[in-house]
Amino acid sequence: MIELLVDNRDLFLTGFRNTILLFLLAGIGALVVGTLLAAMRVSPVPVLRLLGGGYVNIFRNTPLTLVFFFFAFAYPRLDLLDVSFFTRAVLALIVYTAAFVCEVVRSGINTVDVGQAEASRALGLTFTQTLTTIVVPQAIRSVVPPLTSVLNALLKNTTVAAGFAVAEAGQITPTLSERGASVLIGMVWIAIGFLILVIPLTATQRTLEKRWSVAR
Amino acid sequence: MSSPAKATPPMIRLVGVHKRFGSQPVLKDINLEINRGEVVVVLGPSGAGKSTLCRTINRLEPIDAGRIEIDGVALPAEGRALARLRADVGIVFQQFNLFAHKTIVQNVALAPVLVRKLGKADARQAAMQLLARVGISDQADKYPAQLSGGQQQRAAIARALAMRPKVMLFDEPTSALDPEMVQEVLDVMTSLVQEGMTMLVVTHEMGFARRAADRVVFMSVGEIVEDSPPDQFFTAPRSDRAKDFLGKILTH
Repeated sequence: MIELLVDNRDLFLTGFRNTILLFLLAGIGALVVGTLLAAMRVSPVPVLRLLGGGYVNIFRNTPLTLVFFFFAFAYPRLDLLDVSFFTRAVLALIVYTAAFVCEVVRSGINTVDVGQAEASRALGLTFTQTLTTIVVPQAIRSVVPPLTSVLNALLKNTTVAAGFAVAEAGQITPTLSERGASVLIGMVWIAIGFLILVIPLTATQRTLEKRWSVAR
Repeated sequence: MSSPAKATPPMIRLVGVHKRFGSQPVLKDINLEINRGEVVVVLGPSGAGKSTLCRTINRLEPIDAGRIEIDGVALPAEGRALARLRADVGIVFQQFNLFAHKTIVQNVALAPVLVRKLGKADARQAAMQLLARVGISDQADKYPAQLSGGQQQRAAIARALAMRPKVMLFDEPTSALDPEMVQEVLDVMTSLVQEGMTMLVVTHEMGFARRAADRVVFMSVGEIVEDSPPDQFFTAPRSDRAKDFLGKILTH
């Protein structure tokens, strides 16, 4: 079993390196875009709320493969900036995952009692101070577990990029079968690889939850 | 200098204030002045608009028409000017609204640091003095949820006082408390009255109104129906609505 890993280490190394890269870039992008979308959805401006809501409804209900199809086949015809398959895969993952991040962050903000923001404003704190010192620190706590699930799903969704010529971990098995190696054993190794990748995510969740958990 | 009241504007002045929720009017042509050092208690049946009146004074509820002045300055619209003015107007809520993720002393010291730009050590020291004054300095490093309702409300009063406000608003401060905790909060409020704080108090505590108020304002369905000294209000109310209200609460 070990020989397969050693013999094809080039394959596993590029595969998982690309998976990690896709995950990190798409994860950061989705967190930023998703948080902005959430801010739009709770803002007092109706147009922004409408746009944010529309975005979430469209992309949360579209299969990821369809989003990938768009970036793989439709995007080049739009005559926009010509970018690599890898970049387009990252974009597809961001566009899709941001909708889920948005809803998680928004539900987190909604768990904070309005009285907290009222007391803060009544003391003379500005809108930004209220958001950053009172609302968000309390919202983040309830957001950590569901946000970890969203990022976990993102990690697994990176395998869809394999279908679009990005050599990430999902691309390993087809290449193994071309080389005549055992696909079954290859899959076991890939599963182990993903398990190892999930460990830091779960550990981070546990640390953050512990740090932010206080009696309330 | 014989009449300083004319030289200095009232601490709070409401002129022709109107407010509606949807099609439902909640404040109808409210005119009210509260002078420096005066204590005004607002009474009335639920739904009379007492809390709304209290919350319009620091613009937690925006008004539809009329004018509100604090210490001679018109209440600004949203933005930094409003935040500055709110810093001078303390408010105590029915539900305490202490910051759940901060300890008691952090709750009290937070705004002086962020808004008044006080040093952290100074703010903490001042906060500890205030907590001692309301009798809960031994609770300073606990979180709000670990305190009793009465202790939480006293902490909330200390938090408002930490900004050295010109005026204090109390929005039913004892209505969410168990009966045995009401007195400890009223005691703190009474000590503020004795120090000469300008106060507007929405409450159902008739004893406090009798003892501490300079004036009683009686509201009913969005209007100020009576505005008189407590003795007069409780012994000889003029309006039928006030008589009806007192008849309901004083019979048992």
